[in-house]
Amino acid sequence: MWMSELPAFIPFFIGAVVALLTRGHLRSFLMLAIIVLSGLQLWMLPEAGVRVELGFLEYQLVPYRVDALSRIFGYVFHIAAFVSVLYSLHVRDTIQHVSGLLYAGSAIGAVFAGDLLTLFIFWELLAVTSTFLIWAQRTERAYQAGIRYLIIQVLSGVILLAGVLIHVSRTGSLAFDFIGIGTVDGWLILIAFGIKAAFPFMHTWLTDAYPEATVTGTVFLSAFTTKTAIYMLARSYPGTELLIYVGATMACFPIFFAVIQNDLRRVLSYSLINQLGFMVCGIGIGTALAVNGAVSHAFVHIIYKSLLFMSMGAVLHMTGKIKATDLGGLYKTMPKTAILCIIGAASISAFPLFSGFVAKSMIMVAALKEGHDWIWLILLLASAGVLKHAGIQIPYFAFFAHDSGIRTTEPPKNMLIAMTIAAVLCLAIGIYPTMLYQLLPFKTDFNPYDVSHVLAQTQLLFFAVLAFVLLNLKGLYPPEVRATNIDVEWLYRRMLPRILRSGFSWIRRTDEALRGVAMSKVNNLFDYFSQLHYPGGKMSRMRPTGHMVMWVAVLLAVYMWLLLSFAN
Amino acid sequence: MIYHYPVLQVIIPLLGAPLCLFIRVPRLVGFFAVLVSSLSFLISCGLRQQVHLYGTIVYELGGWAAPWGIEYRIDQLNSYLLLLVSGISTIVLIAAQTSIKKELPENRHIFFYTSYLLCLTGLLGILATGDAFNVFVFLEISALSSYTMIALGTDRRALTASYQYLVMGTIGATFIIIGVGLMYMMTGTLNMYDLAQRLPEVYKSKTVLCAFGFFIVGVCLKLALFPLHLWLPNAYAFAPSIATAFLAATSTKVAVYLLIRYIFSVFGIDFVTTSLPLHDIFLVLGLIGIFATSISAIYQRNIKRIFAYSSVAQIGYMILGLAIGTELGLTATLLHLFNHALMKGTLFLAIGAVVYRIGSSQLNHFAGLGKKMPLTMAAIVAGGLSLIGVPLTVGFVSKWYLIVALLDKGWWPVAVLVLISSLLAVIYVWRVIEWIYFSQPRIILDDVREAPMSQLIPIWLLVLANLYFGVDTRLTVGVSKLAAQSLFGVTP
Repeated sequence: MWMSELPAFIPFFIGAVVALLTRGHLRSFLMLAIIVLSGLQLWMLPEAGVRVELGFLEYQLVPYRVDALSRIFGYVFHIAAFVSVLYSLHVRDTIQHVSGLLYAGSAIGAVFAGDLLTLFIFWELLAVTSTFLIWAQRTERAYQAGIRYLIIQVLSGVILLAGVLIHVSRTGSLAFDFIGIGTVDGWLILIAFGIKAAFPFMHTWLTDAYPEATVTGTVFLSAFTTKTAIYMLARSYPGTELLIYVGATMACFPIFFAVIQNDLRRVLSYSLINQLGFMVCGIGIGTALAVNGAVSHAFVHIIYKSLLFMSMGAVLHMTGKIKATDLGGLYKTMPKTAILCIIGAASISAFPLFSGFVAKSMIMVAALKEGHDWIWLILLLASAGVLKHAGIQIPYFAFFAHDSGIRTTEPPKNMLIAMTIAAVLCLAIGIYPTMLYQLLPFKTDFNPYDVSHVLAQTQLLFFAVLAFVLLNLKGLYPPEVRATNIDVEWLYRRMLPRILRSGFSWIRRTDEALRGVAMSKVNNLFDYFSQLHYPGGKMSRMRPTGHMVMWVAVLLAVYMWLLLSFAN
Repeated sequence: MIYHYPVLQVIIPLLGAPLCLFIRVPRLVGFFAVLVSSLSFLISCGLRQQVHLYGTIVYELGGWAAPWGIEYRIDQLNSYLLLLVSGISTIVLIAAQTSIKKELPENRHIFFYTSYLLCLTGLLGILATGDAFNVFVFLEISALSSYTMIALGTDRRALTASYQYLVMGTIGATFIIIGVGLMYMMTGTLNMYDLAQRLPEVYKSKTVLCAFGFFIVGVCLKLALFPLHLWLPNAYAFAPSIATAFLAATSTKVAVYLLIRYIFSVFGIDFVTTSLPLHDIFLVLGLIGIFATSISAIYQRNIKRIFAYSSVAQIGYMILGLAIGTELGLTATLLHLFNHALMKGTLFLAIGAVVYRIGSSQLNHFAGLGKKMPLTMAAIVAGGLSLIGVPLTVGFVSKWYLIVALLDKGWWPVAVLVLISSLLAVIYVWRVIEWIYFSQPRIILDDVREAPMSQLIPIWLLVLANLYFGVDTRLTVGVSKLAAQSLFGVTP
């Protein structure tokens, strides 16, 4: 059956062409229909999966490989694409629609790539297409952020290519399976994946660019790039111990950065990294349970993260403001959005009966089972942090807190519907987790709703909420953003030595100083180059003929000297 | 008839050139040139087919047996390049019909086509012949006619550019003839095949060593290896666009062919490596060339100069492939030879189409053309992507092979440098794209329309070739491999 061998990215690319050529309701309908059809096709594929092979140069390419691991990512990418497209239907900007579909298609292509070369192609496409979603904001800031984003993404591609080339020359095969660290190529490929997965110190592109993208673009962005990288890590580096520590760091450090942000979409970007930390950690642990946990976390995360980005996008769309200090009291005029946002917040904070809970508990249990007690503790701390900055800060400052006096209306219908779909999925997965568990790459009989999980999580959550409420009642929790940070940080600061803060600021200062020195060196170098190479510069001046002849004479002399003095 | 293909290939344009002067009607001359060039192309297709089926063809000119008579030898390597040169020439000539009409005053059209055909004769002759002195003759034919073509450019600086090229080209040719002369002195033969047989006896003599030195410097001057490239940017920038497209795509490639032919089939790789650290020299010059000229390309303000500098950088990649000194490296060089001709042909033809419409090749005049000439600009983007080495384009294939060859040799630091240099290409290509699509027009563009069909078709033929050979690499990789194998095989 040829239909089953039609790679899933093709419908998306066709959709992009359709979006380019049509307008209005017809376009809306066609875009959604194509995604649904493509999703259905994926659903109908045989249990065993599909593998399409193709010869290129002297290698075997596998442009389409569906197995348990790639399939679940394929599903969730279809869901995310559907929701994001639905959310952005009201936008009258062809570039955004086209690049959104191309971007989603590239992510799907990358996930179903069965060889490293195909992967590289989609990896670069992912970078280029997503940049247009940032530029579509059409501001100078967005343009600059987009350029910075593109450079880092392309750099990741170049590193990947370097790794692939070394890998191929070492093993002689392009097959994309377990790679593992320990070889140069393994490290290079890991770094390339790591850049897209926002590993610490490589994460700046994310928090820099995502808040600058368009309202609808951010929803697309939050779903695909990083989760594609997570899939890659799950495919090639499961059980790499290093990833446990990297993941734990990722889960923790954004908490400290998120609290000092005022831009709510930037807060969400930091919490995105924190969530990725959980997944990376799960992949690092590498047992069946842990990888299942990481994959299911990626699945639910895409949904609730886009829900949160969508609700914040709705606020930005309706009010034009996204700074915590400018917002507040919106529940009066946007009650539906507020409720949907709270569902997203509850999911990300892993309240029982919400989708975050069923995924996160798997990773935590896996960490305990493998004896990583400290990691478990760190993840617990990170969970509390999530609750603070995403679970409470986001809905509280946008919809409650002090009344900012903004009076607006609910967002357009398509936005509401998209958010509702995501919210329903959050609840459905939370209540019937087996629905998700069936899709996982490894068979599991994990039950998240046993007494200890529920109790532990509820306890954590309720203490956190209790503290929040108490502080609020006593007036210790002033609505101003700056003071808030310190108050709530106090909740978990006790667990960490106070040194950490000074440590962080020391790191930041040193980092800044180092970066300053490096930047001035780089700038000097550029100045030097431009002096040398501008038309009229030393290297590209129009030379008199005599000058050229001199070079000829020099070279001839060198050759003759070499020839006559060495040959004998 | 088939028997005479090797020489017909060269004779047809050679006779066609003076006929142009007789036809006199500028419009007809254009058609006539296309006809001649396509005949050459058809013959080269036939030759390629024959070589593919029966192996090397040896043709004795006038029935005089070598080594007394002149011999044409068509093997894997040159049949493939004959195909390339005559193919590109035909495609460029189709675009020339309108472009030349606009760019040159009418009384110069005939001269242009005459010198164009002569240049084609010269290039095809260098490729086809198996005689060392004959090479020099054809080299001069092609060089003299390209000086003429460049000097025909309407910019007055074209004259100085052409004059500089004349001086440098003559020095290069003189060095080559000195080299050939010295070899003749020692061996008494001019036939390449014969030379290869007789040279080993006199390898130790200083005369042969001097011959080699002169020859290498002369050819490196012709192929514009850094630092002997200084004549090239001006020559390309001020020549008529069509001449630039043709020369950029073919002329330096033929010089690279000459270098490969002499190193492998005449001197022999063993002699070359024992008498001179040529690999090291090429490695250093190639790398410095890639970086220095890529950076220069970034800062240029004239788009022709950007891609002229980039051409020198691309030559660096080819030389780098040679420097590796393995079969894989040579394959990479031969691949890039072919692929680079496709990229630069596309780019310079597209630029020619812009010059046709707006009369300028200043980069800032390209602002806003993305909307006015979408198809032409898309071709520039495609050519640029190919230059960077994006997958699905030919550029990727040749970079891939180059890097695989470098890694195979164990030179991974060089491979890293090659990847970094691709980033430089990203920068200069991006600068062009930024001007085209993201800037406000600097000049009035109201009357500017898409390029005429007669230019769009050749441009897009080349774009499609860029994409096609980026995916289906049977011809390019297959032939390059065979050629590399046979070159390594024939060495004593």
